[in-house]
Amino acid sequence: MSLRTWRQLGWIAVVGLVLLAGGCGGKPHQNELVIGEYGSLTGGDADFGQSTKKGVELAMDDLAASSQGKIGGLTVRTVVEDDQGKPEEAATAVQKMINQDRVIAVIGEVASGRSMFGGPVCQQAGVPMISPSSTNPKVTQIGDFIFRMCFIDPFQGTVMAKFTADNLKLKKVAILTDLKNEYSVGLTQFFKEAFTQRGGQIVAEQSYSSGDQDFRAQLTALKAKNPEAIYLPGYYTEAGLIARQARELGIKAPILGGDGWESDQLIGIGGDALEGCYYSNHFAVDNPDPRLQAFLKKHQAKYGQDPNAITGLAFDAANVLFQSLNKLYEQDPATFAGLGSAKAGTDLRKTAERKLRDIIATTTNFPGVTGNITLDENRNATKPAVVIEIKGGKKVYTTTINP
Amino acid sequence: MRQLIWLAGSIAALAAIGVALPRAVNPYVLQVIIMCGINVILAVSLNLINGFTGQFSIGHAGFMAVGAYASTVFTLQIGVKWVAALEALGAPGWLAQGAALLMALLVGGGLAAVAGYLVGLPSLRLRGDYLAIVTLGFGEIIRVMILNIDAIGGARGIAGIPVWTNVFWVGAGVLAVVLVSHHLAHSTHGRALFAIRDDEVAAEALGVDTTRYKVMAFVIGAFFAGVAGGLFSHYLTAVNPNSFTFLKSIEVVAMVVLGGMGSISGSVMAAILLTLAPEVLRPVKDYRMVFYSIMLIVLMITRPQGLMGSRELSLPAFLRRRRSATGPA
Amino acid sequence: MTEFLQQMVNGITWGSVYALIALGYTMVYGILRLINFAHGDVYMLGAFFAYYVARFTNAASSPNPFKAVMVLLSSMAGCGIVGFLIERFAYKPVRKSSRLAALITAIGVSLLLENGGLLLFGADPKFFPQIIPARNISLGAGVTISNQQLIVILVSLLLMYLLRVIVMHTRTGKAMRAVSYSHTAASLMGISVDRIITFTFVLGSMLAAAAGVLVALQNPKIEPYMGIMPGLKAFVAAVLGGIGDIPGAVLGGLVMGIAEVLVVGYVSPTWRDAIAFILLIVILLVRPSGILGKHSAEKV
Repeated sequence: MSLRTWRQLGWIAVVGLVLLAGGCGGKPHQNELVIGEYGSLTGGDADFGQSTKKGVELAMDDLAASSQGKIGGLTVRTVVEDDQGKPEEAATAVQKMINQDRVIAVIGEVASGRSMFGGPVCQQAGVPMISPSSTNPKVTQIGDFIFRMCFIDPFQGTVMAKFTADNLKLKKVAILTDLKNEYSVGLTQFFKEAFTQRGGQIVAEQSYSSGDQDFRAQLTALKAKNPEAIYLPGYYTEAGLIARQARELGIKAPILGGDGWESDQLIGIGGDALEGCYYSNHFAVDNPDPRLQAFLKKHQAKYGQDPNAITGLAFDAANVLFQSLNKLYEQDPATFAGLGSAKAGTDLRKTAERKLRDIIATTTNFPGVTGNITLDENRNATKPAVVIEIKGGKKVYTTTINP
Repeated sequence: MRQLIWLAGSIAALAAIGVALPRAVNPYVLQVIIMCGINVILAVSLNLINGFTGQFSIGHAGFMAVGAYASTVFTLQIGVKWVAALEALGAPGWLAQGAALLMALLVGGGLAAVAGYLVGLPSLRLRGDYLAIVTLGFGEIIRVMILNIDAIGGARGIAGIPVWTNVFWVGAGVLAVVLVSHHLAHSTHGRALFAIRDDEVAAEALGVDTTRYKVMAFVIGAFFAGVAGGLFSHYLTAVNPNSFTFLKSIEVVAMVVLGGMGSISGSVMAAILLTLAPEVLRPVKDYRMVFYSIMLIVLMITRPQGLMGSRELSLPAFLRRRRSATGPA
Repeated sequence: MTEFLQQMVNGITWGSVYALIALGYTMVYGILRLINFAHGDVYMLGAFFAYYVARFTNAASSPNPFKAVMVLLSSMAGCGIVGFLIERFAYKPVRKSSRLAALITAIGVSLLLENGGLLLFGADPKFFPQIIPARNISLGAGVTISNQQLIVILVSLLLMYLLRVIVMHTRTGKAMRAVSYSHTAASLMGISVDRIITFTFVLGSMLAAAAGVLVALQNPKIEPYMGIMPGLKAFVAAVLGGIGDIPGAVLGGLVMGIAEVLVVGYVSPTWRDAIAFILLIVILLVRPSGILGKHSAEKV
């Protein structure tokens, strides 16, 4: 090879080595409790991941205030990974947290589609995963190490069906589903079943993919069937855009949605088009419950805005985890010690993880800011849902529907 | 005969590594190694189409998707039943699963090869940039078709695939694709492919059946992409159409280009490099894709032939050159 | 019938946008035989530049047409500069290399713009302020068109007409046509090929920027990856109409827009992206030179 080629290859090798060295950065070796968190910090629904992060941060603040950030004498540290909104990245992120950071538990993900990818990794490794708000039933079906803090979609679909039929007294509904989204497809199916059971009629069904910009073609097709309402169980970004375009096309019917609408950005995106629209959610900000109001104040103080339900659920997830850790420490300090980062990879760790899982599974009447949390035998939380109306550019609590 | 011994030896070595490696490194490192292997298979198979035959194919992710989904469906419908039956008969787990995985990979690769055939056909009338866009289009059409078939999970994909991929099978796949490429390159068929790459019109004029060879390149390349897809899905436990977008195709193209179009060893090295890079760059992950794109541009401007050009890493050639002081540079 | 007419309105609106972007592709391909993959991302940048200018000048708080035009023009100017830079630093060095090298470079620039945009602007979508408040205009028979859609169509038509004037009735335009015919012959005639190439890039980028602003007006969600699909579809539109042919790009764009909307409305929305590629494959198999293109024999 010529000298020139040698030099070029030499440079490539140098760069490669530098990167390699940088990547293998040394990690501090104190004994800690490492908790992992994964979410979509970037990407189309970045608000979900960012909200989760805020919730966990607030829980950590509380922990710092109450016990200097320690449980059972060990400092708690969080590791946050971004899955960019991509399912396979979710799997890789969780793998990394479990194997490199040696986390003892994982909080995440908001989106059911991504929980479906991160879950199996946790289940196989025997690391508990608590999803704040994945509502698709399949998520906890992955295995006994997977938990969630929220209700599931068979319930949520029924909630909106009930609300539409009984409260709004409407009979003809069109559905617009996000086919790219496990959550949306599931919720559509459950709503359909519940609504037709109540004597309602689905007059039209159309679909889109999250990430689409233009929905006029689908909306035009829906408009032709004259629905009294449109059920739109998608995520907030598209919900806002679709509402706008619907109004531009002259569709006046109210649009209904699920907890995927819950975001600080919803009204910014949808604007006036969302007036008189409703969606099912995990909590309402104007609920006078004192726990919730205290949480609101904390969030306002730190971030200068009201929290959304995702933040609340993540906050509860972190606290349930902390409470379970504390319980384990009280009941069995010897096994608890297995959770320390120094004990990673040992059999004691495996035993400790299993015990932790068992304790999380017994969570009963936990006083969360999103309501009382009791995990049933499928590791789902049975909680009431609230219906929120968008009135005067604000989210207004309308009613609560119990399971 | 000597070749058979080499083959047997390699398989034995792979088996040994396959058993030893998982015990030696942690699962995260193992995952990176497996992904390296899968990307190597993708890169070398694309190199057959782009490098050997000079066809601009930028829809490789489509073939990978076909392989991933076909093998998954086969496993979930038939494979798991076979494994259960075989294990009931007393066969050890690794044997039953390995056999089932092999079947699934062959099914996946086979169906991907069919897709390669279908993509190869219209490409006959097209050249250069147009072919590139058409292959891109096919990749997208395949993805959209998967998105629309609800029976295979549609937009949400399929979850719950048993984890049968391990270092041995990935290694076997790498071995297979490298051997096939190598032998192809040194055969008459290979000469035909290179002729088409160098000057298609001249090759046609000299009597090379360009149609047959171009399609053959696509079919073989697609087969191995399908195998890679099968290994991928049987490792990640779930498949989702989002894993097989245009961007994935571009990543594979980048590997082939970086390694040097036409160089098998180049593709291997580049695939390993570009799989490790994102992991190593995780601390600066926000800048990762920016580095990537700048690398592509700088590479094209300064050294478009990639790392190896169209030459191979070869020990005898290397020694020969060192020995001759006044040899060609 | 109402539904069909409404879909047609939607289709023509999108078609105008695709046409604007396709013009840039077709001009660059005509001159350089290069598929400028990064063109879709220039469209994205146009939307973002306009977003920041509109925010900076508070154009939405007291909307008036003058401010809106300012936003449009400044975005076009910004992207013109970006086009110049891309051509100068990324494409010029590979002009003498193989076609594949140029293609890979184009892909690299595209990725750079997208991911650079991601870094600069952040990954969460931004929402373009309403610099022209929306109003619905009824066209009768139950069909409505929003004033924004109308503006998109009219501005596109205006820009296309201006382009035609430049290309057909100015000396630079003539030079462009000469260079697209043959670089060597044009330079022998005293035309600075480099300058014309730069000019073409700048012009194409300005049109893409305009398309970006117009789209942002009626579809306010903008994010760094928004250019990929429209870019590809506009390229298909250019091929459809006959690559290298300017009226062809306009025709192709309209056909693309209408076909897409009709497929989404009457067949299935998930085929939206695929219809572009299906059209591409069909046209390349049936009539590779495009609807308006001229068939040129391949010389050996």
